[in-house]
Amino acid sequence: MRDSVSILPLAVEGLSFMADGKRLLDDVSFTLPRGGVTAIIGPNGAGKSLTLRLCHGLLAPGAGTISWQAGTGLRRHAMVLQRPVMLRRSARANIAHALHALAIPDAARRADAALTRFGLAALADRPARLLSGGEQQRLAIARAWAQAPELLFLDEPSSHLDPGATRQIEEMIAAMAAEGMTILMTTHDLGQARRLAQRVLFFNRGRLVEDAPADSFFTGPASPEAQAFIAGDLLW
Amino acid sequence: MDLSSAFASAFSLIFSGDPQFLQIVGLSLRVTLSAVLLAALIGLPLGALLAVVRFPGRSAVIVLANGLMGLPPVVAGLMVFLLLSRSGPLGPLGWLFSPAAMIMAQTLLVLPIVIALTRGAIEEMWGEYREHLTSLGLTGWRAIPTLLWDGRFVLATGLLAGFGRASAEVGAVLIVGGNIAGHTRTMTTAITLETSKGDLPLALGLGLVLIALTLAINAAAFGASRVGARFAG
Repeated sequence: MRDSVSILPLAVEGLSFMADGKRLLDDVSFTLPRGGVTAIIGPNGAGKSLTLRLCHGLLAPGAGTISWQAGTGLRRHAMVLQRPVMLRRSARANIAHALHALAIPDAARRADAALTRFGLAALADRPARLLSGGEQQRLAIARAWAQAPELLFLDEPSSHLDPGATRQIEEMIAAMAAEGMTILMTTHDLGQARRLAQRVLFFNRGRLVEDAPADSFFTGPASPEAQAFIAGDLLW
Repeated sequence: MDLSSAFASAFSLIFSGDPQFLQIVGLSLRVTLSAVLLAALIGLPLGALLAVVRFPGRSAVIVLANGLMGLPPVVAGLMVFLLLSRSGPLGPLGWLFSPAAMIMAQTLLVLPIVIALTRGAIEEMWGEYREHLTSLGLTGWRAIPTLLWDGRFVLATGLLAGFGRASAEVGAVLIVGGNIAGHTRTMTTAITLETSKGDLPLALGLGLVLIALTLAINAAAFGASRVGARFAG
């Protein structure tokens, strides 16, 4: 959004990842165009979180390519980790630190703007690590939003939160998507995927099994694995 | 002289503002604080670097730093003595039997403590912070300023431990300083000398100041960890 040349679409080709001799991700390919919320769903160990980490560059792929429209070297995608790291500083300083690190100018003003944007202004001077779980998660999302990324990766954004906090997080996600931010998120919460996503990537055992618009996926999944997953069966 | 009158004279010496007494306390503090400052300037970044980078021989360096935490002060003194002696490599500096030599010897004592404690604290924090900082492009040495700042309360405790070790030691400053009155006489070397001479009030007075200093250091370390807990959770 800071630049007119978009990094999207993102093209993932034949992505694989091995660890300790186990193939955790196997030949995953998809493209991610600009806009919308895409949810990666699937059982534990399906490779959901791993896919986000690889796309964001936290890990190096074993095989395959991750290519951005505007080339690499541009940090215009941000990520909110499943357990967000809160620095031992105030809420405001947590955001300002991220902006400084990325050489984004005007850090103090942008940090305050992000806190205000998401109703966190009252917490600005509180030590971030002493905030509640829901407040920390909202701060982590505000911190990523302040970086003005074109694409935001969210790894299980509300997996350890109560329903009230989960609703606040979902409102933030919907608001960011409405602003035009592209969102790729993992979730194990099918209801959440239904509420937020326009597109679903269904993973099972390291493979991308199904890639479909959300409404058709939830009404009539094509693969037997996805049918079983939606029906609530435990996948092998 | 009996013990109670020795204590009485010691207290009156502490509160009389005796110039010789103040000079000794002042030099001790100057030498030790300089050594801790130098060790911090070198040891904090080095310890943090050791925590975040991987290179062959890293484990050996860590074991060495940990081991040198127990370096006997007399051995540190001997090493600096050899370096600074007339025929040694740093002989031309003419530092032997000067406060500079004492600062150098105590830096050598404090440095391993700072490096080892910093490495341990920062490595633990790096484990927690790694993915977030990598996400912000802060990898390798670029992560160090963030880690040092966020570890400030733990690291302060490490520096205070180094200060405690340096202010209490006698062997190193005695060897390289020479315990010259008015020039290189510190609290610990003065206590050694005055006790053997039988001048108990001066030795006791200095001893009481040293004990008070130790208590103050511990109070400061306790305070640092309390303030840290309020911030770090």
